[in-house]
Amino acid sequence: MTDTVLKVRDLAVDFKTDLGTTHALVDVGFDMPRGKVTAIVGESGSGKSVTANCIMRIIQPPGRIIGGTIDFAPEAMDPFEITSLGKRDPRLQELRGGLISMVFQEPMTALSPVYTVGNQVAEAILCHRKVGRKQAWKEAAEMLERVGIDDIDRRIRMYPFEFSGGMRQRVVIAMALVCHPEILICDEPTTALDVTIQAEILTLIRDLQRELSNSVLFITHDIGVVAQLADQVVVMYQGRVLEIGTVRQVLKTPVHPYTKGLLAAIPGLAPKGEPLATIASVVGDTDITKPYPMITLGDGRQVSLPREQVQGVAG
Amino acid sequence: MRSYVISRLLGMIPTLAVISVIIFVVIQLPPGDIVTSMLDRLQAQGVDTTEEYVQNLRAQYNLDKPLVLQYFYWAGNLLTGDMGYSHLYSRPVNDLLWERLGYTLSITVSALLFMWVVALPLGIYSAIRQYSIGDYLMTSIALVGVATPPFMVALVFMHIGFEWFGVSTGGLFSPEYEDAPWSWGRVVDLLSHIWLPMIIVGLGSAAFTMRILRANLLDELNKPYVVTARAKGVSPAKLILKYPVRIAINPFISTIGFVLPALISGEAIVSLVMGLPTIGPLLLQALLNQDMFLAGSLLMWLAILTVVGILLSDILLAWLDPRIRYE
Repeated sequence: MTDTVLKVRDLAVDFKTDLGTTHALVDVGFDMPRGKVTAIVGESGSGKSVTANCIMRIIQPPGRIIGGTIDFAPEAMDPFEITSLGKRDPRLQELRGGLISMVFQEPMTALSPVYTVGNQVAEAILCHRKVGRKQAWKEAAEMLERVGIDDIDRRIRMYPFEFSGGMRQRVVIAMALVCHPEILICDEPTTALDVTIQAEILTLIRDLQRELSNSVLFITHDIGVVAQLADQVVVMYQGRVLEIGTVRQVLKTPVHPYTKGLLAAIPGLAPKGEPLATIASVVGDTDITKPYPMITLGDGRQVSLPREQVQGVAG
Repeated sequence: MRSYVISRLLGMIPTLAVISVIIFVVIQLPPGDIVTSMLDRLQAQGVDTTEEYVQNLRAQYNLDKPLVLQYFYWAGNLLTGDMGYSHLYSRPVNDLLWERLGYTLSITVSALLFMWVVALPLGIYSAIRQYSIGDYLMTSIALVGVATPPFMVALVFMHIGFEWFGVSTGGLFSPEYEDAPWSWGRVVDLLSHIWLPMIIVGLGSAAFTMRILRANLLDELNKPYVVTARAKGVSPAKLILKYPVRIAINPFISTIGFVLPALISGEAIVSLVMGLPTIGPLLLQALLNQDMFLAGSLLMWLAILTVVGILLSDILLAWLDPRIRYE
């Protein structure tokens, strides 16, 4: 048993439209340590969600995986490679929602309005295990209670539109965890929620992760959330990975100019009374759009920079 | 749900009352009335009529009373189930109507079913295989289907049937069953004739609803809840049917309400062309001859059918979509 649950290598995704081809992902690579929280940070359009969709194989046309590998080493099955799974491969169906599941950004639209909450959570169980409807509903109710939904006998028969945004996100989390996946992908799960609810949902995800000790891939643009949750950080920009390291390494001593810029642009960390730094002002003359191969530094972190520029940084 | 149905049922009463007023006004609009057209016919046969006879006739049909009173006589009789007497056919309207309403209903309802059976799978196929050859093919057929008037389709079918297969495609029965009493053989004979008007009447609506379903489904296919369900591991076929189709058929069902009148008027023209014993041709004759009791009753029944159709589609929608039910 390796302690890496997911190994992404040279992943490339193109979106072909009438206006031309967009390279949404270019040679993306990172490892997810088992039982840990890996955060992907980056601005909008940096390829965070596309990466997540590739892992679930739910990338929609015109998007297409054009290269790379995603090696998955689940505990319950023999390891396999995700991008080469055929459309009818039973492992693909097992992967989605069974071995890896996903919490989406928009709890308001992530649930169908015409089925009850119980129906939609229990369906996840019925898709992956040979149990009766009654048993599935029972387990769905238990999981819903675990994510903090009370008055369960009544609420399980209610429709999503009768729930608040925070409660819907709890339902989506319950739906994702009810089959005990080995990896939980959270794609900006708190972006659409109120600030107070955000904290509750984050605490819930963290507590459940410790309890179930699954691996989590947490996608966000919020550095504060990264500091609070993550063990490992992957910084992405324009479809490429710029820096990978532990949360301490990346947040305390960033190496890549873009990471430095990202951190300098956080309001709370900037010196008081001064205008907030923009990413561009910190990045300066370095051309961050130019791709460089990843270099591994002495302390184990990886960064995409020319070798001469990182001399002396590694320690 | 029950209170919703009850309130909708009660809402039908004022609707139908207003419709009855409009129908009454419409059948009064042409110059002359039932008695003048009767006299015309008698005169054509060379029968002389006295002034007194005419007065008596007018009194018999309450035509000497003010219009408002005439309306209430007519509406009151309708409520008691007496739809009056048709001069044109010299028979009570009730007999004429019951004879033909059944055929009209069977053609319309079977056309509606035909529309669903055709539009549902083809619309789904067209949407999930958008811009495929199949989609383009069906889009073309649908556009032709929408653009061709049903009577035209009827003429083409009849011509093909007669020229190429030597069969007469008019009517609902073979000659030997035309006036026969109801029997198993007559039912089979009816079924072997009714499919053609069913297709002809339903074709345009099927094409139309197929296009609507396709457009709705395309809107729904990439909605987040569909992605969620896919990420949950729902199998592809079940995914499409349980999630986006379930939402997309909502407008599909609400169209019953306005497809029904279109089917009925489409049926009337097709029936004229094909010589079907439905109420369409009866209505035309009644209007031409100012047979006001017959025309009024027919129009009233068409209105009732339409209002009931809309009610059914609304109830179906509420049953299908909790968002409507819970309002």
